Amino acid sequence: MYVAAKGGEEAIAAAHSWLAEERRGRGALLDVDQIASQLALVVARVMSEGSLYDPELAALALRQARGDLIEAVFLIRAYRTTLPRLGASRPIDTGAMACDRRVSATFKDIPGGQVLGPTFDYTHRLIDFAEAAGADPAALAEAAPPLRPRVSDHLGREGLLRDEPRGDTSPPDLTREPLALPACRALRLQALARADEGFLLGLAYSTQRGYGRTHAFVGELRLGAVEVEIDLPELGFSVAFAEISVTECETVNQFTGSKTEPPQFTRGYGLTLGACERKAISMSLVDRALQWRELGEDFVGAPAQDEEFVLAHADNIQATGFLEHIKLPHYVDFQAELELIRRLRRAAAQTREAAE
Amino acid sequence: MTDYNFAYLDEPTKKMIRRAILKGLAVPGYQVPFASREMPMPCGWGTGGVQVTAACLMPKDVLKVIDQGADDTTNAVSIRAFFARVAGVATTTRTAKASIIQTRHRIPETPLREDQILVYQVPIPEPLRFLEPRETETRRMHALEEYGLMHVKLYEDIARHGAIATSYAYPAMVNDRYVFDPSPIPRFDNPKLESPAIQLFGAGREQRIYAIPPHTRVVSLDFEDHPFEASKADGVCALCGAEDSYLDEIVADDAGTRRFQCSDTDWCAERRA
Repeated sequence: MYVAAKGGEEAIAAAHSWLAEERRGRGALLDVDQIASQLALVVARVMSEGSLYDPELAALALRQARGDLIEAVFLIRAYRTTLPRLGASRPIDTGAMACDRRVSATFKDIPGGQVLGPTFDYTHRLIDFAEAAGADPAALAEAAPPLRPRVSDHLGREGLLRDEPRGDTSPPDLTREPLALPACRALRLQALARADEGFLLGLAYSTQRGYGRTHAFVGELRLGAVEVEIDLPELGFSVAFAEISVTECETVNQFTGSKTEPPQFTRGYGLTLGACERKAISMSLVDRALQWRELGEDFVGAPAQDEEFVLAHADNIQATGFLEHIKLPHYVDFQAELELIRRLRRAAAQTREAAE
Repeated sequence: MTDYNFAYLDEPTKKMIRRAILKGLAVPGYQVPFASREMPMPCGWGTGGVQVTAACLMPKDVLKVIDQGADDTTNAVSIRAFFARVAGVATTTRTAKASIIQTRHRIPETPLREDQILVYQVPIPEPLRFLEPRETETRRMHALEEYGLMHVKLYEDIARHGAIATSYAYPAMVNDRYVFDPSPIPRFDNPKLESPAIQLFGAGREQRIYAIPPHTRVVSLDFEDHPFEASKADGVCALCGAEDSYLDEIVADDAGTRRFQCSDTDWCAERRA
């Protein structure tokens, strides 16, 4: 009998032991470094959605979660929330990024050149049985990456691309304050950066198919390492305390102008921790769709334009928790419904009999 | 003890939550936004209640946790074990012995006292949510005390079914001002919302806290010609013979024989003791 069973305590303990056994699986225990390096993209996704840059911890969480991505993100989030917030870093300078990859779909050639980097693009999706047999890839020649200024800076100089206001204030922190709507763009981007990749992908795709179309070109997509700096007021200068890998996508979007803005290109922005290219592109499309109000565009009722809808449902930890809670016992409320339905049916039957 | 602060949350976070609780008590039924933390258990599984309990707990408190009225439900067991571990407080299954009771979906049958706090886990704090999905809109409706939509919904129930077809999470007006969601308790429990105890409601995922101070007027919404009715299954408890307690229905065999027993396990056990 599935009861809110007597003996819930023993049942929970037994379930946890079983889980531990299943988790261990067969063969040698996976090394955390192996996971971090060989399954780097899933590790990046856990960092990105967990909002914590720590590849080793993300790898550990993935192993503990048996590869369940959202469960791993959850472990990271629950750990992150116990950490003190010491301060805000300076904005990272992605223009100074040591790029592993950098492509622009808007210009054939750009200063610094196009760099494909370690991409799946143009691979034929054929299962590589040689890799399964353990063949090592040929070694690469290493060269120091040159500086590659951002494509948007070129367009910006001509005034063709809408300038974004810069602010010196620290953005609000959505993990420390309740989300208030309407949200500023910084807060929206923060929510999107933590959002579920699949959810953003679906929304971004919907804009491409006409639900709030934004005519996006990938102005630039870049992936690589940047330094993170923090101001030290006591010393009067900033120091770099970390180097992290990020993916940045800037879309250039057609914009015919509105009552308040002259015709110019506008931008959508996506930034993720680690290599999360699909997410960065999706994020920039959704970010652009959400800007309809600032740009004086029409709200056409598309899901991706709807700030409240997007922000309230993008977080997979919230979503999964609430979705899965329906497997908890609900027999008190179900009993209330049963009693009501039986009563309404009785009343309906009596009415029918009376009519006959 | 553990490496964590008493009752898991750090003190500044507890202070932030206590402020929200005090505001909630000062404005009964008003949903106070608070910076809900990510807890080491899933959203939707009581994180709001857990944060409120954590902010209220003192080392001398005696904690009782129930889910569906029972102390031995898996999630109640899990939350009780969590606080036993991170706060080291005494726990009990006896309603009368508890100073704080965290609950999901029930109000205990044993009348509560002034020195007790009842903490509800709330999935959707907004009573108007399924009539109007936008938070920006529902907050405005509360501000203007614009509850016509809810009355229309209840009226439509009567027009269609001859009765109000809301059997749990039955909306009520607190202190003649705010319509609030009492969480998914059966409407049988609504009359107990007027209580000498402090009642606190925590919705973690939705980042809201609200409260009913002791001895505050709570009126379940109804119409003069269709008065509110605190209904329950027609049956008696097979264990203690109670006729006036809320009952769980149990399917006893393959032929579909039904049996009832008290949902409040402590109350039932006390009656049999």
